[in-house]
Amino acid sequence: MPKSAVTPTRMVLNQLKGRLRTASRGHKLLKDKRDEEMRQFMDIVRRNKVLREKVDEGLSGAFAAMSMASAVMSPEMLEQSLLYARQRMELDVSHKNIMSVNVPVYDFKSESPDQNGQLPYGFAQTSGELDDALSRLYAVFEDMLELAQVEKTMQLLAEDIEKTRRRVNALEYVMIPELQENIRYITMKLAENESSTKVRLMKVKEMVLQDAHHYEQ
Amino acid sequence: MYKIAVIGGPDTVIGFKALGLDTFPVREAAEAHEIFKRITKADQPDEYAIIYLEEDLAQALKADIDRFKDVPRPAVILIPGKDGSLGLGQSALQAAVERAVGANIL
Repeated sequence: MPKSAVTPTRMVLNQLKGRLRTASRGHKLLKDKRDEEMRQFMDIVRRNKVLREKVDEGLSGAFAAMSMASAVMSPEMLEQSLLYARQRMELDVSHKNIMSVNVPVYDFKSESPDQNGQLPYGFAQTSGELDDALSRLYAVFEDMLELAQVEKTMQLLAEDIEKTRRRVNALEYVMIPELQENIRYITMKLAENESSTKVRLMKVKEMVLQDAHHYEQ
Repeated sequence: MYKIAVIGGPDTVIGFKALGLDTFPVREAAEAHEIFKRITKADQPDEYAIIYLEEDLAQALKADIDRFKDVPRPAVILIPGKDGSLGLGQSALQAAVERAVGANIL
């Protein structure tokens, strides 16, 4: 017995058959989408893992170098040297489409007013350790940027995969079985109606014949 | 044009300042929460597209971070602090995998 009340008519049967066709096609398409998304996702996860390790390692190196620098310089001096950045980091964000998920692509430009490198201070009053720390930090920053891109992509994809997965499951385990059940119910009901009509007609024919000819079997 | 923010302890962020990023030195989580709210407000001329957040602060700002998981901007990325990695960045990865696959397969 179907859960919802369906009227057992031919029109409803046709409608249900149409819906079943659409649902099956949707199910197949969504399943393909999910599989491809999953493949992309695993690539991204692997990349993220590598980058995360690289960034963790690089940053701890840079921080260690930084604390070396702060050990040999006075805190005020250190602060002062880094106070004014010579360059400004600008970020350009464009979008890429992975399986209809819009993911960001970062592209950074650092604008420095002159070509004297990236250090925002003169060499006279600062230690070499500071130069080292900053160049390490600069090196790890490119990985950090890619990490940001990959991690955001991963999060957005994960959300979409979850959505797709739910849809696939809903179609597969709820929608399609329900439609099939309803179609079966209507088909049976129609067959039943048909046979009862046939029996009634036979009965009526018999009665009419008897009336007209007093025909007895 | 978008900007990049770094939120963390004073010792952590000072280096990034020299790279030309916008840094926000904070001493405690409540302060970080305020700054986070301020810089993620919608009506700004230059939006922040990436926010690097020190791991130590991540626990206290979990609700704020989760709010931006499903939107394209900004990307909130955890970075290890001065005292080494806490492994929270890895756990973000695991959470994403668990969400997508339905089980932790790593």
